[in-house]
Amino acid sequence: MSDASINASPARKKGRVDEASFGDYFALLKPRVMSLVVFTALVGLVAAPVTVHPVIGFCAILFIAIGGGASGALNMWWDADIDRVMKRTKGRPIPTGKVEEGEALAIGLALSGLSVIMLALATNIFAGAFLAFTIFFYAVVYTMWLKRSTPQNIVIGGAAGAFPPVIGWIAATGSMAVEPWLMFALTFMWTPPHFWALALFMRSDYDDAGVPMLTVTHGRRATRVHILVYTALLAIFAVGTSFSGVGGPIYLTVSLVLNALFLRGAWTISRRDEDDAEADNFKVERGFFKLSLLYLFLHFGAILAEALLKPYGLGGWS
Amino acid sequence: MSLRKSHELHERRFSRNLGVALTLAAFIVIIFGLTVVKVTRGDFEPPRGAEVQN
Repeated sequence: MSDASINASPARKKGRVDEASFGDYFALLKPRVMSLVVFTALVGLVAAPVTVHPVIGFCAILFIAIGGGASGALNMWWDADIDRVMKRTKGRPIPTGKVEEGEALAIGLALSGLSVIMLALATNIFAGAFLAFTIFFYAVVYTMWLKRSTPQNIVIGGAAGAFPPVIGWIAATGSMAVEPWLMFALTFMWTPPHFWALALFMRSDYDDAGVPMLTVTHGRRATRVHILVYTALLAIFAVGTSFSGVGGPIYLTVSLVLNALFLRGAWTISRRDEDDAEADNFKVERGFFKLSLLYLFLHFGAILAEALLKPYGLGGWS
Repeated sequence: MSLRKSHELHERRFSRNLGVALTLAAFIVIIFGLTVVKVTRGDFEPPRGAEVQN
């Protein structure tokens, strides 16, 4: 075998720049999104009013994460054409030619099946079925349908990213309750302002790709107002959750501080025009986006803290 | 020209093969651990009523 034969390998003939490394396949699973899935599912599992065996709890979180990763791979398969156009996604494994679209589809389907079956076996069938529904919602309802057809794509599609704490709760208890849906609603209502801020400072990215984001269909002024309205609704809801079964004094304190900061950011965004934003390279919008990441992490962190302190008589209101 | 072992292509293939091997090994460990926990907790034992009926 010679170097020439390497260069003439099937991968080269098909126009791929490089053969994929393991990391390229792992990147198909959207590890950063998976970290959010892992954390929120863990909070859902720990906040549930039952004790879960550590090995079973670990397996539940792992398979929920793999399910989330599988839906990410299916998303990359379907959206390969959009990803090639957008600056933010150009470096993904398919646009760079390291992984073929068919490989992403195969990995997505295989891991979907594996994660659903394994979660059902490790915990209960209800949790497995709910994970299957979540993968379907993200890959089919959001990616294939909503994303390219309505500016409400992020609003409705945000549900897919909000399901993990509900799955974590069901994996622990085998049943439904109000509390996991409060955690669901927290992520669900947080998603629109988070993504609209991103759409504001990514400027023409979604326009170039033909994705009907609010910035494209209703204009940037309307998007700024939408961010303020959704943030106000989120703030009312997030602080109100303090007085539920998963809330407590720690959560209330964290939520009051974060929502005050978040509302201030949304207010500033709504008052700015495009000239101001261009002048400082979208400093406020970028800051709001970064704060939104901290916002969600600390809210769920506070719920986790309340749950972990409960056995010592410190968490919650009692 | 003969094949050089240090070719970058081989490094990527090695990383991929190692990654798959470690993933499969981890999967085996997880399934084994899960099975031990489930069996120890008695998850697979039939209900007592069923034994009486037999």
